Amino acid sequence: MTSEKALGIESGGVVAAHAHEEPHASNRTYVVIALVLGVLTALEVMVFYVEALAPVLVPILILLSGTKFALVVAFYMHLKFDGNVLRGLFLGPLFIAVAIIVALIALYGYLL
Amino acid sequence: MERTNTGVPNEKMLMWAFIGSECMLFASLIATYLTYRGRSLVGPYPEDLLNIPFITVTTFVLLMSSLTMVLALSAVQRGDARGSRVFLLLTAVLGIIFVGGQAIEFSHFAGEGLGLSRNLFSSTFFLTTGFHGAHVTVGVIWLLSLWVLTMRGRLGPESSVKVEVAGLYWHFVDVVWIVLFTVIYLMSGS
Repeated sequence: MTSEKALGIESGGVVAAHAHEEPHASNRTYVVIALVLGVLTALEVMVFYVEALAPVLVPILILLSGTKFALVVAFYMHLKFDGNVLRGLFLGPLFIAVAIIVALIALYGYLL
Repeated sequence: MERTNTGVPNEKMLMWAFIGSECMLFASLIATYLTYRGRSLVGPYPEDLLNIPFITVTTFVLLMSSLTMVLALSAVQRGDARGSRVFLLLTAVLGIIFVGGQAIEFSHFAGEGLGLSRNLFSSTFFLTTGFHGAHVTVGVIWLLSLWVLTMRGRLGPESSVKVEVAGLYWHFVDVVWIVLFTVIYLMSGS
């Protein structure tokens, strides 16, 4: 198989359809995701006010906000259904950004 | 609609590349905020000013705007003109409410004596959240321009990539706020 065929490229360099895309989620799924996002936000704020959780506040917040972030990117931005090219374009810089932020949080002693 | 040789429309590829670069921009702003956090020599300090219940409401508004945005895209792709108009306008309105909330917060802070260069907190706070607010404002203008197109009947399933690209931008603005809400507001209790 040639590399062009592997990429799904037709003669003239035009691709007939989204070679790597799957159908997006349903409206019902979008509403469920919104409910989950609302619940996670409420949990974040609740954790903020519970003094007993203060020692582990930051790890819990990172976990909850990371989950919200992933849900929006995967379902609302359709990255779960898109091809590896778009995933690479986003996840590469995102990895560097997250590494910088988490490293600084740990470096300045906010993590625990 | 023109596609790149990967099968992805040019506009969509460009937007994802832009979003990748925006990740680095906001990472640098958040890194600056974290570096200067807790190092202000004069008040007012974050714990004196940050209103968590108020910001939680505006955060919820922005989160729900992501739902209406994705429903707008779904409506455009289905050829549902009424749904496209309603959800695009609703998304823009929710964005305006968020920016309005930010304006109220900024004016309250200014009233408490927190000017742009008052201390390290004010400089990094206004820079980071201000940049985000500017992004939301651009998004609102973009959404309203798409809404005008739907009102004129010029936005159908064949041009849904225009809404998809605007949606990608809007959702990115939302995920950036998910991080800012945690780092600036909720971590102020740590």
